[in-house]
Amino acid sequence: MKNSTLHLKLNGNEKTFLIDPADTLLDFLRETAQLTGTKEGCGKGECGACTVLLDGKPVNSCLVMAVQAEGRSVTTIEGIKSDKRFDALRASFLEHGASQCGACTPGFIISSAALLTDNPDPTDKEIRSALEGNLCRCTGYLKIFSAVKHAAENKGER
Amino acid sequence: MTKIIGTSPLREDARVKIDGAAKYVDDLSFPGMAYAMLVRSPFPHAKISEIDASHALELPEVVAVITAKDIPGKNKIPIVFDDQPCLAEDEARYIGEPVAIVVANDRRTAQIAATLVSVKYSELPAITDPLLSLAEGAEKVNPVLGNILSRHKVNKGDVDSAMSIADVVVEGEYKTGYQEHAYIETQGVIAVPENEGGIALYGSMQCPFYIHKALGYVLGIPLSKLRVIQTVTGGAFGGKEDFPSLPATHAAIAAYLTSRPVKLVMTREEDILCSTKRHPGIVRIKYGARRDGTIIACDAEYILNAGAWSTLSPIVLWRGTVHSGGPYRIENFRVDAKAVATNSVPNGAFRGFGQPQVCFANESLIDELAVKLGMDPVELRLRNALDIGLETLTNHVIKESCGLKKVISLVRDEVKWLENRSRKERVLSNGKYYGVGFSAAFYGTGLGAGGKKIDRSGAFLQVAFDGSVQIAVGTTEMGQGHNTVLSMIAAEELGADVKKVSMLPIDTSRVPDSGPTVASRATMMSGQAIRDAAKQVRKIIHDVVAKRLGVAVETLEFEPGVIFSGAKKITFEEAVTWCFDERVHLAAQGWFKAPNTEWNSENGLGDAYYAYTYTAIGAEVAVDKETGEVEVLRIVSGHDIGKAINRREVEGQIQGGAVQGMGYALYEDLVSTNGKIIRPNFSGYIIPTAADIPEIKPVIVEEPYEGGPFGAKGLGEPPLIAIAPAIANAIFDAIGVRIKKLPMTPERILETLEAVR
Ligand code: FES
Ligand code: FES
Repeated sequence: MKNSTLHLKLNGNEKTFLIDPADTLLDFLRETAQLTGTKEGCGKGECGACTVLLDGKPVNSCLVMAVQAEGRSVTTIEGIKSDKRFDALRASFLEHGASQCGACTPGFIISSAALLTDNPDPTDKEIRSALEGNLCRCTGYLKIFSAVKHAAENKGER
Repeated sequence: MTKIIGTSPLREDARVKIDGAAKYVDDLSFPGMAYAMLVRSPFPHAKISEIDASHALELPEVVAVITAKDIPGKNKIPIVFDDQPCLAEDEARYIGEPVAIVVANDRRTAQIAATLVSVKYSELPAITDPLLSLAEGAEKVNPVLGNILSRHKVNKGDVDSAMSIADVVVEGEYKTGYQEHAYIETQGVIAVPENEGGIALYGSMQCPFYIHKALGYVLGIPLSKLRVIQTVTGGAFGGKEDFPSLPATHAAIAAYLTSRPVKLVMTREEDILCSTKRHPGIVRIKYGARRDGTIIACDAEYILNAGAWSTLSPIVLWRGTVHSGGPYRIENFRVDAKAVATNSVPNGAFRGFGQPQVCFANESLIDELAVKLGMDPVELRLRNALDIGLETLTNHVIKESCGLKKVISLVRDEVKWLENRSRKERVLSNGKYYGVGFSAAFYGTGLGAGGKKIDRSGAFLQVAFDGSVQIAVGTTEMGQGHNTVLSMIAAEELGADVKKVSMLPIDTSRVPDSGPTVASRATMMSGQAIRDAAKQVRKIIHDVVAKRLGVAVETLEFEPGVIFSGAKKITFEEAVTWCFDERVHLAAQGWFKAPNTEWNSENGLGDAYYAYTYTAIGAEVAVDKETGEVEVLRIVSGHDIGKAINRREVEGQIQGGAVQGMGYALYEDLVSTNGKIIRPNFSGYIIPTAADIPEIKPVIVEEPYEGGPFGAKGLGEPPLIAIAPAIANAIFDAIGVRIKKLPMTPERILETLEAVR
């Protein structure tokens, strides 16, 4: 039952929604806010497909209740898309063939965006460990690693 | 010289995926949509005496509860033998078998209501071990087909006498476990009632025409009133070939009976519990060879645990059977293969399709043979490798496109075989033991003799006024790069800019039936059908251009985007405008039929396929003898694919397949006791993560195949097939023990080490 209100900063905009308090942040984003770019792969915190930024930190939105986002800032793939700082990252995923079926891709982009914001010049090891919580069944990961590495190297040019 | 083929244009489908804007099935909704949830059997075998839905129906948000007796048409799913019901009626035969469909106004209510449907079961004895199912007097598991769902044999030469004169004989028994596809997008569909009584079915799938047929069966209405629309598909690997027909029929029946759109999206747990998987296998195999290393006989027995229903098992079994002795010329060959029914979840298609099981066995045993002969294992493979003029296990004489020896040699060099194999210092600085292993395989591309009735493809191509090109085929994009590759083929053949080519989204009422997207066949088959259509349209355009330019049509040359004759040159767009001025129809249907194969099903001999992809794998590992853990250091994965149409996507297939193969080899352990899958989630079933990934070096060999587009053969499956034996052989090289069961988990390695101590 949608009987409680949620105020949050969603992709940079202050918003208020009527929500069902039983909803996870993932349910809320996909069903109430109609932001379907965030995917559900397991619903149990095991695959990273649902990763979003909560106050700038990557979280599995399937493990966070929607009400926990009260007064905080949430960034989804839709927000990343309109943030110029991440244009090079998105372009790099495309150029490197880092997305095949794409079901994991929004989650990987979010985790990568968080990494590059904190650490603009990550080592290979740091890239791998930042992406360890995201499962991909198609690419074998290597093209994702090169996409992130390349985006970091080209940061001056964006 | 081709201009587009062999380059790596960007994937247009990836743009929207990267932006989160691609619409997968669960991202769609329709006005008035309800949600379906299945009631499933908790028993591996039970009589169903009563289904009482009254408690569920008391919930105000519940719309309907549907059981087998409500099915308007046949209670059957058509795949090969039509033995599987859509909903269990009197008996349930595996844990997770669908018994009733609950429809509610929202997802949560549907989930709750499914637990409120009370089904009266009386448990019956269950057989979950295929060997017990084969035993004399065993209870019948599958009521339609009995316990042997399918059997194939090959019998060539005189295996017994050859074995008796062989200088060296080796044999072994190898076992492989389940493998779950673990596509990141779970199974899902939405059925939408249409005007005039039809149903439109949206969903995540590989083979829309399989589903189309299944809907006709269960609804009992003409196929012309039904259409199937593929939504962006989040990975499949075979798991969305046969299985989606089940959820699709469930949603369609629900939509048909309630007159509302009905969404059915599986949870991860439900998906792991109930969807098809790679068949567990048992392979007993024996090689006989002469002292000089010539293999003169191979004798094999192959058993697949098929689960309760036959699904695609007969064809999975067949593919494994005809490849079971490896990519070698062997004069005397015998195999007896059975797919056996058990009271467990039905298995089905999975990348490799019956080959990874036999490849693990034969390629492990080849290394055993090398040890016994005192020969280098790569040398031994080269000595027996298939080549032009030699015949396969089933007596198919290879006439063209055989790069096996080349790919073996290149991979041997790339993995620094001689140097690494003879390394003196085996203990690495971290205390782990170093090893390097090798394997080889062949893969018949396309459906071959086993599926020749449906091995054809249709295509449609039309050019719009602005010079943009639309193509339609019935094979599907599921992440592998299908649309990009086919757009490249169309552009190359037509002479258009690849950026101007678009694929029509899949809707069975609008695209031709191109056969299923399986068996690594789409590039070859749909590629050829598109070329056929593109050639026809190019001819129409060129006739108009030649007339206008006043030159003979034979003098015209073209490149993507331009047509020229001597110094005269016009753009493709201008040419299209001329064609519209002339009122010619710039569209054509293309068609391609696989070549005929000669096949004798009595002795299992003949041309099993028309062409083969050849593979060699080199793997380097480090094994921790204390913990039993295996770290893969590097994989070199080589394939003769005829022609790499799009290099980047070819590498993507090779790397993705290698990692899935590593998971199969080392980590992916689906534990099932008495037909019950334990811990159906990603913390119970571990797939490779970013932490496990070694360097994976693709090696591409291009021995062109005349019958494929620009020489191409299929690639989707080969990258997975031979990974596990290469790793097993590397482990043997490292620590001197042979692991004969997949996955090679640390526990299994420690046990084996313990046993030889
Ligand atoms: S859906 Fe949240 S981690 Fe998998
Ligand atoms: S691209 Fe398919 S799961 Fe990563």
